[in-house]
Order: sequence, then structure tokens, then C-alpha cells
Amino acid sequence: MPESTNTAITAIARNTSGASIVLDRITKTYPNQSVSAVDNFSMTANPGELIMFVGPSGCGKTTTMKMINRIIEPTSGSISIDGRDILSLNANELRRHIGYVIQQIGLFPHMTIAENIAVVPRLLGWSKSKTADRVDELLATVQLDPGLFARRYPRQLSGGQQQRVGVARALAADPPVMLMDEPFGATDPITREKLQAEFLRLQATLGKTIIFVTHDFDEAVRLGDRIAVLSDQSQIEQFDTPAEILASPANEYVASFIGHGAAIKRLSLIPVTDAELGPVGDAAAGTVTVNADDTLRDALDALVLTGLRAIAVVADGRNVGSITVERISTVLGADSLDSVTVGRGASGPAGEVS
Amino acid sequence: MSIQEQAIATELNPVDEPQAGTRHFTVRRFVPLIIVVVALALLYWWIASVPLDSIERRTLNWSYILNRTREHLALTFAASALVAVLAIPAGILLSRTRSKIARGIVLGIANIGQATPAVGVVILLAIIWQIGFSTALVALVAYSFLPVLRNTMVGLQQVDASVRESAKGMGMTPNQVLWRIEMPLAVPVIAAGLRTALVFAVGVATIATFINAGGLGDMIVNGLKLQRFPVLATGAVLVACIALLIDWLAGIAEDYLTPKGS
Repeated sequence: MPESTNTAITAIARNTSGASIVLDRITKTYPNQSVSAVDNFSMTANPGELIMFVGPSGCGKTTTMKMINRIIEPTSGSISIDGRDILSLNANELRRHIGYVIQQIGLFPHMTIAENIAVVPRLLGWSKSKTADRVDELLATVQLDPGLFARRYPRQLSGGQQQRVGVARALAADPPVMLMDEPFGATDPITREKLQAEFLRLQATLGKTIIFVTHDFDEAVRLGDRIAVLSDQSQIEQFDTPAEILASPANEYVASFIGHGAAIKRLSLIPVTDAELGPVGDAAAGTVTVNADDTLRDALDALVLTGLRAIAVVADGRNVGSITVERISTVLGADSLDSVTVGRGASGPAGEVS
Repeated sequence: MSIQEQAIATELNPVDEPQAGTRHFTVRRFVPLIIVVVALALLYWWIASVPLDSIERRTLNWSYILNRTREHLALTFAASALVAVLAIPAGILLSRTRSKIARGIVLGIANIGQATPAVGVVILLAIIWQIGFSTALVALVAYSFLPVLRNTMVGLQQVDASVRESAKGMGMTPNQVLWRIEMPLAVPVIAAGLRTALVFAVGVATIATFINAGGLGDMIVNGLKLQRFPVLATGAVLVACIALLIDWLAGIAEDYLTPKGS
């Protein structure tokens, strides 16, 4: 490549709203181990895409992710961000432009929250005032009051607050790429759900290219644009959108990973308006309604809860139709037959594996 | 729903920690100081009230006592400073080397230094080298090297692996990780090692008298040899008081050096 290391890093850094990541035949073999941890892994992440790596512990998903910021160096293969081979760049400078969030958070206990967030800006030589403004902005972004939290120390914060600081710290220099290793794994279910919702809202405005590692398939379905289901040695069993993976799991392994209730999980991805709505008159007036931008799962929830045969669908304050259990089933339609066949051991359609 | 609200409420209002500074100065903190003052006052009152013979008078006067104390402190602080300058960098280097052999050799030598009776080291060194201050200094350094070396290594190793990984993942160079993250977090442990070394040195410096290097050991040994109990007691009480006082000061220094958040 003709351009120097510095220009390459600057070019990557400038593209703050998501870069493409290409992993090409990446292999990691540790010395004195006959089996590689990651074997011949290839994948392309599009700019602004949120890609989930899902798989059981020890399948190599974290190792694969950590090769992107070179915490772990690949044995062979190539990795490029925005078309620039990152393995030829200075690893330390590269990492300043890749946000990194880990499950244990790893906040620096001897630095205040503000100092923690300011670490990368300081490494990049930002001015004091620019850094201070950025810290306040980021704390507000992750819904922590700067006046209240900037001067506190990490151990004075709850787990959920610490993880928000972790995310803010990773976003400090507005990196085009974020790597997240089970960031919400250690929080309680209520906090986790809250953090996930905030994270989705944040990603909607930021549009970073994110590689997100989790072993929780429901989290993958909830957050991911695309999900890579991984098995041993980081082999891609299926790489597709959550809806597609739920509708047609590529094989037994993927089906077993989805677990029970695939149909219910799929419903949470489909808006109510995808169903063919019944006439407005079918639903009892003035009772429970669902919004047109709710999901079919919300609709089903309301139907089960109320025991009504039909429920009104509301858009902009006026009834646009009604929904019933039968109409919800129709949306899942023929696809649900596929999952039944998979359950009997036949192999499903091959996934989109690069 | 109410549980969720509660969870959010506690999350937004964590219990504030007591402010740093107030917790350092409790009554208990001053107990060693009070003991030292009382002990010195009792000693003074006792020496002033007993009749002293000519031998005792030659020793139990201000200029003699101050000179011995000065020698004792000079030896203690010079040895501790040397240990800090040598053992802390050695500890940093050893904790960063992957060579188990190098680690084994240095720790082994430091162990021998501490395990060998200090009197033996002092006298052996005097026989093969010379008598006086330098020899006593070398013996003291050898003796108090290990706690600082070991605490530096432990202090660096006990830094949370996730803290180290996130520092690296954010793009710090290995040197930046060491000086901005690992060292500040290791300071309390290293300071504790130095405090141990200082107190060791105060005690062991008493044997400098055997090779004519002065110190309060002179008073103790003379008091024993000439069977002058007031001289012996004054020397012993002074050494004990210095050790307590230095430990007390080092404890305060340790608190101030400990980073606030940890």
C-alpha cells in the first residue's frame, strides 16, 4: 500500500459514522496447541452494521473479535477496515480509533469518571477544553448527569452506571468501529434490558460498525442487524438477519441454539402492520389497543392477556383495523413448517456464509 | 413495575462514600504517637531522677545521644533510599520479564539477603572488605531489599487483568500502561513494602556498632558491657521510639500516596 501508516490511521479515524470491516481467512493457532482457536474465518461487515457473534463459551467468538483490534494477533489471514490492511498499521494508534467495551468494564479505579472518559482524547492530544466538552457530551449521551458523575470514582457507581461509562469511554474519540465483548453480560436482567434499549437508541443515531459478542441468543435477536451463529473454532454455521435465522435455521446446530419458542421470538421482529388487518368493527371499542408500530409479539401479548378475540390497531390516534391470533399465525405462515422439518433432523437451507 | 422503579431509583442514587481525608485522622491513628511521647517523657523523668556515675554521664548527655541518633537515622534513611532506588526498578523489570530463570535468581538472592542473620553479614563484610558506614549500609540494603522487591512485583501483578486489558485496548503503549495505570495502582503495595524496609532498617542498624559504624547500638552494647542499666535502657527505648515514629509517618505517607478512587 503506497500510503503511510499515519495517513491510513487518519483516514480510518475520519470516517466516524461506520466503516466496513473485512476479515479474510483469519486463523489463530496458539503455540503448543494442535487445534486452532479460530480456523479460516471470513466475514464482511458493512458500514454502520451491528453484527452479533453468538456461540457457546470457548467457540472462539471473542478471540475472533479481539483480532480486529489486535489484542490478539492472527496467525494468518488479513483484516481490513475501509479497505486498509490494519495488520500493517501501528497497533496502539489503531486501537485509539476502535471503541472497545468488555464485560468486566475495566474502568481505571484511580481515575474519576471524567478522567476515564478522557483517556483516549488525551492519548490523541486533544486540547483540555475540547476534551472537557466531549466528556460532558458523552455523559449526557449515556444518560448520566455530568454535574453529578464527572468527579466520582468508578467504585462509587452501580454496575449499570459503570457499564454506561464504559460505553461512553469507548465512544470518546468517535471511532468508526466498536468492539463489544458481552458488555451487558454481568448486569441484572432489568438493568440489562434498559442498557440494551439505550444502546439501540444510541446506535440508531451514531451508526457505528459494531461487532458485538454474546452467548445470549435473545440479546442477539434484539440488537443485531445480522447474526453470525458460531460453533467450535469460530466456524460460521449461519450468518443472516435475525428474522431469517429464526424463520429458517440453516441446520440442527443453529436450531438448537435458537432454542424453544422460535415463533414467539420471530413475532417480536415483525411489526403489526405486516399482518393483514381485519375490519375495524371486529374489535370491541374502547378497550385495549395496540399501536401500528408495535410488534406482533406485543399484539399477541395483549390478546392473551385480555382473552379478547380481536384487538384494535391504532395509528395516529385512530383505529386502522383489528388483529386476531389467526391473522398473526398467517404471517408466520408456511415458514413455520420449515422449522418443524429442521426439528426432525433434515438440514435446512444453507445460510449466507461468505 | 414497582421493583423496576426501585432498581432505577437506587441506580441513580448510589450511596456516597465518605470523603477521603476525614477517614485518615481518627483517634486510633494517634495512639503510636502518644505511646512514643509518654515513653520518652518517662525515660527523661527516670534518668533525671537517678544519680549517674562518671561513665554514665559520659553517655547520657544531649550531645552524645543526639550524635548517636543522627548516625542511626543517617544509616536507616540512606539504606532505605538505596533500597527504593534499586529494588523498585528491579521489581518493575522482573514483573515484566517472562524469564522465570531471571526472576528465580533475583528473588533467590534477595531471599538469601534477608534470611542470613544480619550480624553475620555485617561481620563477614567487615572481614573481607572494611569496617565503617559503607559496610553497614551494604548489609542494611541487602537485608531490607526483599520486602520492597517483592511488594513491587505483587503490587504490579495484583492490578486487575480487565483494567490492564482495557488500557491496552484503548491504545496505550506498554509504557503508558505501566506509568499511568499499573504504577499508580501498585503504589499502596510498594509503599507498604518500603514501610517494612524502613522499620527493618531501624532495628538492624543497631548492629552497626560491631563494625564501628556508630548509631544507637553503641549505647545498647556499652550499657550491656559496662553493666550500666540506664545507658542500655535509653538506647533501647530510643531505637524502639524511632521505629514506631517512622512506622507512623510512613503510614500517613502511604495514605496520601494511595490513589483516591481505589
